Amino acid sequence: MGRSEAVPSGEPDRPEVPEQRSGDGPYLQVRELRVRFDTEDGVVRAVDGVSFAVERGRTLGIVGESGSGKSVTSLAILGLHNAKRTTISGEISVGGRQLVGLREEEIRRLRGRDMAMIFQDPLSALHPYYSVGRQIAEAYRVHHPRAGRREARSRAVDMLGRVGIPQPAKRFDQYPHEFSGGMRQRAMIAMALVNDPDLLIADEPTTALDVTVQAQILDLLADLQEEFRSAIILITHDLGVVSQVADDVLVMYAGRAVEHGSVERVLRAPQHPYTWGLLSSVPSLHGDADADLVPIPGNPPSLINLPSGCAFHPRCRWADVNGDRSRIEVPELREAGQAGHLVACHLSAADRERIYRDEVAQVGVAR
Amino acid sequence: MVRFLLKRLLLAVSVLLAVSIVSFLMFFALPRDPVTGMCPKNCNAERLERVRTELGLNDPKPTQYVNYMKGIFVGRDLGSAQGGKCEAPCLGYSYVNSEAVTDTFARVLPVTLNIVLPAAVLWLALGVGLGMISALRRGSLLDRISIGLTLTFASLQLYFVGAVLLLVFVYSLKILPTPRYVPFLENPIEWARGLVLAWVTLALLFSAIYARLSRAQMLETLSEDFVRTARAKGVAKRNVYGRHALRAAITPIVTIAGLDVGAALGGTVITETTFGIQGLGRTAVEAVRQGDLPTIMATVLVSALFVVVANIVVDLLYAFIDPRVRLG
Repeated sequence: MGRSEAVPSGEPDRPEVPEQRSGDGPYLQVRELRVRFDTEDGVVRAVDGVSFAVERGRTLGIVGESGSGKSVTSLAILGLHNAKRTTISGEISVGGRQLVGLREEEIRRLRGRDMAMIFQDPLSALHPYYSVGRQIAEAYRVHHPRAGRREARSRAVDMLGRVGIPQPAKRFDQYPHEFSGGMRQRAMIAMALVNDPDLLIADEPTTALDVTVQAQILDLLADLQEEFRSAIILITHDLGVVSQVADDVLVMYAGRAVEHGSVERVLRAPQHPYTWGLLSSVPSLHGDADADLVPIPGNPPSLINLPSGCAFHPRCRWADVNGDRSRIEVPELREAGQAGHLVACHLSAADRERIYRDEVAQVGVAR
Repeated sequence: MVRFLLKRLLLAVSVLLAVSIVSFLMFFALPRDPVTGMCPKNCNAERLERVRTELGLNDPKPTQYVNYMKGIFVGRDLGSAQGGKCEAPCLGYSYVNSEAVTDTFARVLPVTLNIVLPAAVLWLALGVGLGMISALRRGSLLDRISIGLTLTFASLQLYFVGAVLLLVFVYSLKILPTPRYVPFLENPIEWARGLVLAWVTLALLFSAIYARLSRAQMLETLSEDFVRTARAKGVAKRNVYGRHALRAAITPIVTIAGLDVGAALGGTVITETTFGIQGLGRTAVEAVRQGDLPTIMATVLVSALFVVVANIVVDLLYAFIDPRVRLG
């Protein structure tokens, strides 16, 4: 166990949110969030003690495979889980308001106004029977009950124009199936931003789109963020997307945070073997084109029956470095070398550095 | 939209044409001679032969068919063995009682319409309403009761439910008259009292099926992404269900309702027989039993017409509900 002493003693066990400069604190603050679903097969611990914060004007990327809990986290923030079968504990504070335990009607009033969401597949996320414009106008009128039909329409047309849809007045009356994939996602973004929300959650906003359109949508999000100064959570499994637009990254595995820090730190000097795995499985434009992609062996674990100790240990090549510790003890999220860079791994800082330098970066993966 | 409608109409006409040919041919496949049935006594071969010639039964089959169809559109002269000159929608004269088939229809068609249409309104309101409520309160006591009831009614038979209702309301409690058809304009109250058992019987059985169908549809729709989007926008629950989910869930129900109503209009044989009301269904069955070609042909054609029209109505409703259909 000696090696773990490389982690400075006296560090808080509770993960600390990266320091921010501005005065009034982060707009979104999530502390020790736990989301459990009761199913017939047992209790699914979809999110198990995750903490993070996002300031206005900043973007947090949440990364992980399917089932890592990233989408569940975002749906919990908006209060979109089925209340009957879901247990949520911890704290979710949006603009100073505590959301966990709030009545459905109170959360509903915040949804779409203070916090909005962009979904993965805009074709299925838009109602097929209503015109795109009408759906955007509806989002506006829900929170502006005194706004007339005409006002809502002009607001929607204005938003369609702002997200770069040509001839917005004409497009207003068209249906989702008459839009191209990229235009549909732009319309989704227009709908999410129509009430000028302070928090925007984008759940894999570019996954269903082709690559050239992906970049346009990401640029658009970045531009709009500058204009609206909203806090953005970008959920993705694509580290390339994160490196393009995010300020901070949270890497999730099996419902827990395994690494958390600024984009530069996490992508330049990743500390967790799972993050290494993610990086090694992404092709790099700047790296060696001949370098092989290395997939992470195995599959994400069942959230009903998590592996003991570190949930990643069955897929980790270095699980044995500390004897049985990874199999027995759940690693805490701790400061890793630099302030604000946290990692949950039993490997000592020295081991991590050596392994990353000699075994991981060697493969030509790090950017 | 106009092209869409034209295409549907063209399709409808060809379906009706095919139905008319098939039913015409099938009648001639029947192993009985209509003429024998027409003169019960003193029939000698010579007389029979004369009647056959007069009825045109000795003409080649295609000629007979063309003459029949001609009668529908421009009328025809049927000769003295039958009613003589027959005006434009000419469906011929019954071989059994020599009544013009169009007159028979004028009598029995309103009966069937008055049974089926109110029953359809009742079964749709009851079935879809119950299904939607069960879906929204899935797992509740109400949902479980509704599932149990609908399963029971869906597995019962029309004549059984009908007979029980008759026994209770007409023969035991004596609060309803023996089922009969009184035209609405003549006496609306007696109209309802005379037909209500038929409506309820049809509605109980059909609404059971519709309740299960709309419950399943609604549950499926509620898990759609666009419903989640509506909630994410902050739309109130009532409107998420009413405006977003219901509209999508109702589409397949419209299709099936259209087909069911169309088929039921072609004759609710069992209901009419159970309650002893002379509608299109009973007329058709009797005509088949008696080998009454003109009546059979007419019932088959009219039933087909109902189904085809119901289909067109469904298509139009579909185009109205789902903008994606309008392009097709």
